[in-house]
Amino acid sequence: MIELLHLTKSYGATVVVADVCLAVEAGELLVLLGESGSGKTTALKMINRLIEPTSGSVRLDGEDVRVIPAYQLRRRIGYVFQRIGLFPHMTVAENIAITPSLLGWDSQRTWTRVDELLATVELDASAVKDRFPSELSGGQQQRVGVARALAAEPQVLLLDEPFGALDPLTRDKLQQSVVRIRSAQRLTAIFVTHDMVEALMLADRIAVMRAGRLVQIGTPHELLTAPADDYVAQLMGTPRRQAEVVDRLLARDGA
Amino acid sequence: MRAQLALLPLYLTAHLQLTLCALLVGVAISVPLGVLATRIRRFEAPVMAIANITQTIPALALLAVMVPLLAAIGLKSIGFLPAFIGLVLYSMLPILRNTISGLDSLDDSLLEAARGVGMTAAQQLRLVELPLAMPIIVAGVRTAAVWTVGMATLSTPVGAPSLGNYIFSGLQTRNFSAVLLGCVAASALALLLDGLVRTLERAIRERRRNGVVGILLIFAALYVYTGITLARGWSAESTNRVVVGAKSFTEQYILSAILARQIEAETGVATELVSSLGSTVAFDALRTNQIEVYVEYSGTIWATIMKRDTRGAEREQVLREVASYLDQTMGVELVAKLGFENAYALAMRNADGDRLGVRRISDVVSFAPRLAMGGDYEFFARAEWEQVREVYGLEFRELRSMDPALMYQAAGNGTVDVIGAFSTDGRIKAYDLRVLEDDRHAIPPYDAIILAGAQLRTAQPQVIAALRQLAGRISAEEMRRMNQQVDQEGADPDTVARDFIGRVQ
Repeated sequence: MIELLHLTKSYGATVVVADVCLAVEAGELLVLLGESGSGKTTALKMINRLIEPTSGSVRLDGEDVRVIPAYQLRRRIGYVFQRIGLFPHMTVAENIAITPSLLGWDSQRTWTRVDELLATVELDASAVKDRFPSELSGGQQQRVGVARALAAEPQVLLLDEPFGALDPLTRDKLQQSVVRIRSAQRLTAIFVTHDMVEALMLADRIAVMRAGRLVQIGTPHELLTAPADDYVAQLMGTPRRQAEVVDRLLARDGA
Repeated sequence: MRAQLALLPLYLTAHLQLTLCALLVGVAISVPLGVLATRIRRFEAPVMAIANITQTIPALALLAVMVPLLAAIGLKSIGFLPAFIGLVLYSMLPILRNTISGLDSLDDSLLEAARGVGMTAAQQLRLVELPLAMPIIVAGVRTAAVWTVGMATLSTPVGAPSLGNYIFSGLQTRNFSAVLLGCVAASALALLLDGLVRTLERAIRERRRNGVVGILLIFAALYVYTGITLARGWSAESTNRVVVGAKSFTEQYILSAILARQIEAETGVATELVSSLGSTVAFDALRTNQIEVYVEYSGTIWATIMKRDTRGAEREQVLREVASYLDQTMGVELVAKLGFENAYALAMRNADGDRLGVRRISDVVSFAPRLAMGGDYEFFARAEWEQVREVYGLEFRELRSMDPALMYQAAGNGTVDVIGAFSTDGRIKAYDLRVLEDDRHAIPPYDAIILAGAQLRTAQPQVIAALRQLAGRISAEEMRRMNQQVDQEGADPDTVARDFIGRVQ
C-alpha cells in the first residue's frame, strides 16, 4: 500500500505538486493522468525519492520512505523510465541484473532470474541477452526496461509514461504485456500517462491531476459517469468522441 | 654513427621510463581531481586555473625550475626526479580537462536511471559515469602521452638521460646525424604510444572487451619492463661508482670523458656520466653530492657564486681564494687546475676588425651602437657581462641570445657582429674570427679546474689522487685541438678522451 500525504513540491514560487493526498491499495494499479506540466511525473518521482518533497510525506506499507537511505528504498521499488535509460555500455543481461547484483544476489540466482524475466517480457533470451541496447528496437528496449524494473522482485512498480515514444502497435503489445504481468504477480503499481485510452485500458482506478492538484480519483466507470468538473468530463469525452468517429466510418463502409 | 646507435637502448629505455611513469602518476592524480571537480563544483575553477597556468610555463623552464625547488626542500634535485615531476605536471591538463568534459557530457536520463535502480553515488560513478566517460578520458591520456614523449627530450639539462641527449649533445658538437636520430626516435615513440592509446580508445568506444584487454596487456608489459629497468638502475646507483658531471658544450663533454677514463684507468672504480647540465645546475649538483666531480672555471665561481668584483682580478689570487672559499663554505675540493684557461672573450670577424681598425674592446666602443651582439643563453645575465659593459661603457644596437652551437656561425655569416665567445673554442679559427683584447681587465681569469664533492673526498681519496695526476696536463693549444676534432671533424668526445689518456700515460 502506497500513501501520499499532503505531498507538495515547489521550486521557488512555482508550485509543481500541491497538497496531493491519495492511497493505492496493495495489488492495485493506479493511473496518474494529466497533461504535461500537471505534476504527475514529479509526484511519481517523490515516491522513490528521485525528487524530495518540499512538504508532506510518502508512506510505503505504513512506513515513511525517509526512514531508510534512498538507494535502499529504490532497490525495493521497480521503476520504468520515460526515456528508457538502459546503460549503453552494458549488455541486455547486465542491464537487467543491475539491481539484483547491487543487492548482492549470488550469480546463479541472478542469471536464472534474468532468463525468467526475458521470457516474461516476451523476448528471446538467447537472441538478445548478450546484445547491447543500441542493437535493439525501441519496443524491445522498453521490454528490457520493464524486465530491469522487475528484476529484484519488487512489491511496488512505478512507470513514468513508459510507452509514450513507441509506435501504436508496439505500444498496444506492451500494454497487454503489462496487464498480463501484473495479474500474474499481484504488483502494486502507479502508471503515469497522458493517454486516456491507455488509462482506461490499464487502470483499476484513475487519479486525474491538473496544475499540480489532484482533481478527481475513482474507477474508470466513476470518472466516465460522474466527472467531478468540466475538465474531467471533457477528458473522459475524448475516447468516446474518437470511438464515435470510428463507428461512423465503419457504418458508412458497411452501407 | 655506430657509437651513437649503441646508446639508443639506454636513451630509449630512459625516455620510456620517464614518459610512462609520468603518465601513470599523471592519470592517477588528474582523473580523481577531475571527478572531484565535477562533484564539488567550486573546485573546478581553481583546479583548471592551476592546470592551465602550468601549461603556459615553457616546458624547459618548468623542468629547470624543479631543480632549485627540489634542492630547497632537500630532495634529489638532479636526474629522474625533477624531470619526472615536471612531466607529471605537464601531462595533467589534457587528462583533467577531458575527465571533466567526459563526465559533464553524460545524458541526464542515464544518471537518473542509475539512481533509480538503486545505485549509491559511488556505485553510479564506478558503474556508469566513468565507463561512459572513458573514451573521452582516454583521448585526453592520448594527448598527454604525445606531449610527454616530446617534452621528455627536454629532461637532459636537468640530468635525466633521454632521447634529448642526442639532440642536446648533437647540437653542441655539430653532430647532426645524432640530432636527427634523437628526433626520429622520439617521434617514433610518440607515434607508437599514440597508436596504442588510440586503439584502446576505439576498443572502449566499440565495446570490444578483448581489444581493451589486449592493449592493457601491452601496457602492462611496458610497465613491467620500466619497473625492472628502474629497479635495476636504482640498485646499481647504490654500488660504488663515481658520478662525473658535464655542462652543455663540447669542451665539457670531452673533459668529463677524460675525468671518467682517468678514474677508471687509475683506480678501477666505475663511473657514470651526467651530461648537458645547465651551468649553475652543475655546481648545485656537486654541492649536494648528486654529481661528485666535474670541470669548472675559476672566474665563473668568482663572479657567479662568490659574486666578487671581476675587474683586475689576478689569476693566482682568484685561484687561491676560490679554493679556500669552496673548501670552507661547502667542503668542495679544488683538486687541480688542468693547465689552460677558457675565458669569456669578445670576438668579431677578422675582416670587420681590419676594416674598422678594432683590436681591443676599447676600440669597439664607438662602433657599438651600430652593431649587433650575440651571446649564449646565460651570457647577458652574467656578472662578467655587466662588468664589461660598465667598464667600457658598451651599448650595442641589440643583444641576441642564442645557442652556443649556432653563435659562432652567426658571427661568421654576419647575422651578429660581435659575440661573447669561449677563448678555447676551435670555431673562432674556423669562422675566421678574432678575439678582442680585454685591455681594461674587466673579465676575470678562467682557469679550468677539477672540483670534487665533499662526499667523494672522504669516501674515495684514491679517486682524488688519480684526478690530481691531470694537473697541468692540458694546454690551451691541446684543448682547442680536441674541441676542433669534435666540432669540425666529427669525432666522438669519448674517442678523443681515450686518445688523450693514451697519450699522457
